[in-house]
Amino acid sequence: MGRFILKRLSLLIPTLLGVVTLVFFMIALSPGDPARVMLGERANKQQLEALRADLGLDEPLGVQYGLYLKRVVKFDFGKSIKSGRPVMEEIKNLFPATIELAFFAMIFATVLGIIIGVLSATRKNTWIDYSSMVGALFGVSMPVFWLALVLIMIFSVSFDLLPTGGRMNVRYYFEAITNFYVVDAIILLFREGDPKYLGSALKHLVLPAVALATIPLAIIARVTRSSMLEVLKQDYIKTARSAGIKERRVVYRYALKNALLPVITIIGLQFGLLLSGAILTETIFAWPGIGKWLYHAIEARDYPAVQGGVVIISTTFVLINLVVDILYTIVNPKIRLQ
Amino acid sequence: MKKAFSILLVMLLLIAVSGTIFAGGNQEEPAAGDSADSNAAPAAEAKDKNGGVLVFARGGDSVGLDPARETDGESYYGCTQVFDNLVEFKEGTTEVQPALAESWTVSDDGLEIVFKLRSGVKFHDGTDFNADAVVFSLGRQLYEDHPYHEYGPWKYWGYMDMSNIVQDIIAVDNLTVKFILQKTEAPIIANLAMDFAGIVSPAAVEKYGEDFPNNPVGTGPFKFVSWKKEDSMVFEKNADYWRRPAYLDRLIIRVIPDATARYLALQKGEVDIIDFPSPEDLEDMKANPDIKVIQQEGLNVGYLAFNCDKEPYTDKRVRQAMNYAVNKDEIIAGVYGTAGAPAKNPIPPGMWSYNDSIEPYEYNPEKAKALLAEAGYADGFSTTLWAMPVARPYNPNGRKVAEIMQAHLADVGVTAEIVSYDWGTYLEKTDHGEHDAALLGWTGDNGDPDNFLFVLLSIAAAEVPAGNIAFWKNEEFNSLVEEAKVTMDVAKRTALYEEAQVVFHEEAPWLPIAHSVVSEPMQNYVMDFQLSPVGKRQFYNVWLDN
Repeated sequence: MGRFILKRLSLLIPTLLGVVTLVFFMIALSPGDPARVMLGERANKQQLEALRADLGLDEPLGVQYGLYLKRVVKFDFGKSIKSGRPVMEEIKNLFPATIELAFFAMIFATVLGIIIGVLSATRKNTWIDYSSMVGALFGVSMPVFWLALVLIMIFSVSFDLLPTGGRMNVRYYFEAITNFYVVDAIILLFREGDPKYLGSALKHLVLPAVALATIPLAIIARVTRSSMLEVLKQDYIKTARSAGIKERRVVYRYALKNALLPVITIIGLQFGLLLSGAILTETIFAWPGIGKWLYHAIEARDYPAVQGGVVIISTTFVLINLVVDILYTIVNPKIRLQ
Repeated sequence: MKKAFSILLVMLLLIAVSGTIFAGGNQEEPAAGDSADSNAAPAAEAKDKNGGVLVFARGGDSVGLDPARETDGESYYGCTQVFDNLVEFKEGTTEVQPALAESWTVSDDGLEIVFKLRSGVKFHDGTDFNADAVVFSLGRQLYEDHPYHEYGPWKYWGYMDMSNIVQDIIAVDNLTVKFILQKTEAPIIANLAMDFAGIVSPAAVEKYGEDFPNNPVGTGPFKFVSWKKEDSMVFEKNADYWRRPAYLDRLIIRVIPDATARYLALQKGEVDIIDFPSPEDLEDMKANPDIKVIQQEGLNVGYLAFNCDKEPYTDKRVRQAMNYAVNKDEIIAGVYGTAGAPAKNPIPPGMWSYNDSIEPYEYNPEKAKALLAEAGYADGFSTTLWAMPVARPYNPNGRKVAEIMQAHLADVGVTAEIVSYDWGTYLEKTDHGEHDAALLGWTGDNGDPDNFLFVLLSIAAAEVPAGNIAFWKNEEFNSLVEEAKVTMDVAKRTALYEEAQVVFHEEAPWLPIAHSVVSEPMQNYVMDFQLSPVGKRQFYNVWLDN
């Protein structure tokens, strides 16, 4: 087991180097002078030259790449051109919001997705099966911004149950500690005994998490269903059934465990995708995450911010995949030997 | 077949359900209280205006809060609350009035300006406001050897060309500051009312250094409390303000990027004022009894510039013909909606010296054809028509504007090919004069006509990289705006600028398209909020009637 993990970890280095290099050249070779974009309509010649020198854009590409690699190794992406603040500091402020939202969305999607998948597999060709699969199709193809606005109209404006957006009631003047608001609110609950922060943090999570979860939920439900159908056809299930073991036990103990293998892969991939930031969900729910920030950074040609954001997200993505691989070997020890 | 049918049925059901949901969401809620009453309450004077928390929702976050360092409107929203200037724009106008300076005198040659400062004013950190603070705030931008110069770049100082105007800033005594200028420059007083000339606490800059933009300290009506990036900023009333303190106890500025979501938050009562409503929602907002909408023309202009260095635009008859050929009303209706008003002059109507006696070119294809024939283009000609790739208040959709123009020009025999590049490339190519005709625009800074007419149309501005992308070099116009620049008397300057606009109209180097109209929806109980033509959002006079 230890050797397996070590081997996987050593594979991380070339993967990440590839990502880092790709990011650099994609940006460096894309058209448009960043100094020009940043200074806008008002730029004059001296300002343009000064800014280009400032950004190191007047150095040869090779030199720029070398300097960049040297800094990336230390997770130093320099300062954002737009704000002048260190990129890592901005990421530390915003990435926790994205992780928190993605985490809750994935829990929702996983639990509900597996339940729906198992139900439709065990009740194949009944109305439960049809309606949940149509629902899944709907979930995959529905535009997220539309769903998000409908959710706000119903649950915030009409029924007044949940807030329209943000992470916390702004009138609470809440001071973040870790920037994971649920964690911070729990700390405050113990420290001050006031549950209002936790209530507010959770309330603010509900709608964006549901909106963000629809696509992964639908995918997980579909994969669970087909995987379950596959497993339920196998001989050992037939044997178990003919041995008179209760159907419930057959399905949940014997079949589901094996059927979950492909589902775990999907969950890992989807979680990784959500971490790259959900621009639409973040925009509509005013969720201060990394997706929208990165989008604006790309738009503004804020090179250091784009590099930092993409490298951090890719690293997280790769790490999650590593965790999935390890989980895999726990569920199915055969894989370790290959 | 049966299976397919049942799937279809389920889908139809789902659509029907979502349809009713949508309709439910749009239902009008019964009005809470009679809004007409609260709007026109004459007893307002008797009410205690003090107290309350106001939440203002806008589309994007600030970059930082050092007024001299930032260049974007969102940052100034925050800076305006915290900082004061020597002089300021009177709320709701572009008129300049005293602020931290009680008065000022200009020497006869216009090369020395002496400001008398207000006494007893304190920064939020308790330190004294005085002449040294003024010299520090502006000197860090002017003097390259200033210990805090490197914390720049001081972009706006550069945009306004201040280093070529100001020679020296001297603290004569504790409450007197003298500006020595390199040349007479009338608009400098208006420049000093702009955000970049905000007076910062030197002690706080020394304390926070590079982190000052996250910890701003000024003398303004509100003190900075906290800032959660991309989420919210909190300010509290400065009880020791040098004027009457603000009415609001606290001001919260929230970021809600999506315009529809901002409106939903306003409907729900989570926020009190919202910025940049989506034009489609405006009618609905005006019909909502709980909400009022304030509107004002922005300090900007969107235009099509003809490259006067290139055939056939060297001929003014062709440029006039283009002005007659395009139906602006259709552009306003199709692209701007309620967010724009047609333009006839290069400066917006809210600005002093706007020449309203000028008759705009009417939409008249026949006249356009006649002028083209007169100029020797009876069969029309081919041209490139450059479309901006980004949305700006003065032109929310360059591509669509270009397409409408293309159709109108085709009617008079002009074949226009639409060209576009990414924004950086577009700006670079147009300021190098590679275009035939290009869409662009300008948002004013200091409310001074010089900031439009000189920056965009003078001969000096036609030098690459050009602000004058029409490359229009008219001696008559140029001498008028040059003279206005060095005349301190506002009445004389007004006359000069009015005449310059007549020349502009006759020579038609542009096709002026539109000025944006800014709308600000808010709860009925928000009182005395005024939009500013220079784009500020001020809350000093605002109070809550609830």
